[in-house]
Amino acid sequence: MSTRPISYLAKIFLLTLTSSKHQQSDIISTVEFNHTGELLATGDKGGRVVIFQREQESKNQVHRRGEYNVYSTFQSHEPEFDYLKSLEIEEKINKIRWLPQQNAAYFLLSTNDKTVKLWKVSERDKRPEGYNLKDEEGRLRDPATITTLRVPVLRPMDLMVEATPRRVFANAHTYHINSISVNSDYETYMSADDLRINLWNFEITNQSFNIVDIKPANMEELTEVITAAEFHPHHCNTFVYSSSKGTIRLCDMRASALCDRHTKFFEEPEDPSNRSFFSEIISSISDVKFSHSGRYIMTRDYLTVKVWDLNMENRPIETYQVHDYLRSKLCSLYENDCIFDKFECVWNGSDSVIMTGSYNNFFRMFDRNTKRDVTLEASRENSKPRAILKPRKVCVGGKRRKDEISVDSLDFSKKILHTAWHPSENIIAVAATNNLYIFQDKVN
Amino acid sequence: MFARGLKRKSTEDAEDGDGGVAGVPAAPSYTLQRQSLLDMSLVKLQLCHMLVEPNLCRSVLIANTVRQIQEEMTQDGTWRVVAPQAAGRAPLDRLVSTEILCRSGREQEGEGDGPLPDPAPGQAPRRPQSSPWGLDGSREGRGGFQKSLDHIFETLENKTPGSVEELFSDVDSSYYDLDAVLTGMVGGAPSGPGLPAFAPAAAAPPSSTCRSDLGELEHAVEILVET
Repeated sequence: MSTRPISYLAKIFLLTLTSSKHQQSDIISTVEFNHTGELLATGDKGGRVVIFQREQESKNQVHRRGEYNVYSTFQSHEPEFDYLKSLEIEEKINKIRWLPQQNAAYFLLSTNDKTVKLWKVSERDKRPEGYNLKDEEGRLRDPATITTLRVPVLRPMDLMVEATPRRVFANAHTYHINSISVNSDYETYMSADDLRINLWNFEITNQSFNIVDIKPANMEELTEVITAAEFHPHHCNTFVYSSSKGTIRLCDMRASALCDRHTKFFEEPEDPSNRSFFSEIISSISDVKFSHSGRYIMTRDYLTVKVWDLNMENRPIETYQVHDYLRSKLCSLYENDCIFDKFECVWNGSDSVIMTGSYNNFFRMFDRNTKRDVTLEASRENSKPRAILKPRKVCVGGKRRKDEISVDSLDFSKKILHTAWHPSENIIAVAATNNLYIFQDKVN
Repeated sequence: MFARGLKRKSTEDAEDGDGGVAGVPAAPSYTLQRQSLLDMSLVKLQLCHMLVEPNLCRSVLIANTVRQIQEEMTQDGTWRVVAPQAAGRAPLDRLVSTEILCRSGREQEGEGDGPLPDPAPGQAPRRPQSSPWGLDGSREGRGGFQKSLDHIFETLENKTPGSVEELFSDVDSSYYDLDAVLTGMVGGAPSGPGLPAFAPAAAAPPSSTCRSDLGELEHAVEILVET
């Protein structure tokens, strides 16, 4: 794993998801590498999943090493209508999570607000020919004409990648699903909505176990919701979930069937000097991720990313400012609803660098060891293929230098909410509205 | 903004009272802008109820913000913001039905005169027929939240959808000031010695009426989140 400074990003593959449907449906809503990094899945607002596969290395075309090309596209979810509540259920894919590969096929979970589906993606490059009882078009042959016995033979065909829904896990969530997480036992997974978390077995679709329920008996008393949840990468009994009040709870499923009592409770004391009417809103955690090592968790709230040591509950061990210049603009951001944007955050493979998105198509990386950080931009204008990404800077006031952008010029409609980092290499995927950018380490 | 005139009056009273409100010139506008934030939040709560399916997290966060503002205003005893338009008419002698919070403007208009649930005993005294705004601090204090809610919904129901935008359009530019004031504010707004005329009144409000105000709000939140 390279430990070079993080200003090296070079090769850029710009993939734009387009379709014949309305443009709105192509906003990318989730991005996820699989466990080897060979595949990259994206989900969009129109319910589609597009999977990219990394090209194999080729001696002839070394400079094309590692390009991602479309591997499979399928419609995962369709819009539905809840007749009881007279509400539409969006087909937008909220999350995709891969299962570790156990055979030739690939499996992933994709979810919208209400239903989780297990998809099998498999290749077919051979087909049987020479049936005894059927002709080449599949029609039954007249038995009278069959005088010899022959056994079908598998012959090569053009590669076909097909995706089939193998399980549909429905009707278990009253509220909107915000997270799914595959357990390290590879037999179960959890799905979390605003108020409840359910545990599923992959083989059983008609029931799930409810393991967290924070719905108050009297909904008048509701002041806090679940915002994200994830299983520990190694301990299959442990998971965490974050809340809209900026807290994280770690639960142990061995303690009781319903994990209403947390094992650990992570909360940072409030800074009284920064208190405002927006304090609670900006403390709401939009994403929580375990480090690959399982020792740390990272949380994203509106203005910061925090790293917590599982052994210390009273405060994070590291806090990184993503875009503190927005602190003085919170009321405007409340007015235009941007303050409710849910940014995600990711670790690199060695847990030494963390990355998260911001506005104006900017995204930020923080090196935990060197304490250096960089702001980069995902935009067509500024990125030519194989160019080196130039660090960006936001000017906070005073004299603006030539290459800087002033806070008031930031485009808040261009937000980078979803990013992903290859599990072992310095390759990142950044979703900017309906464009997918893949950045790679400079080869030479 | 519509309440500006009244705001200045109360500021002058306060200043006459003891020579300044905590020495911060922006203090009166803080109250005004806090009210703006409250108005904006209540509109957002309405709007999100009208959406296909409201985002529960967003609703809860906005409702908590409203509660926070309301608690602070309760502590200050500063239920001061009233629209000049309302001053000319008999104050609405009714509780805001929790359902009204969740209805569209058209429906509000239709049911505006309908009978409403009997006020809880503790709330009866705060509905004087023709309370002179700004003189009776104690009753004002208890009824203020109700009245500001009423005012908001009156404003919304009496205006066409287009003019709701107008309602907020001239506030837009002031939001940057709102930013500066509100994001830097510590929870405690000027109180105590700054408003001596109302201090006894501020001390007086029994928790029961505040609780009932909060109860109203929670009722509203319940309706919203039950979706």
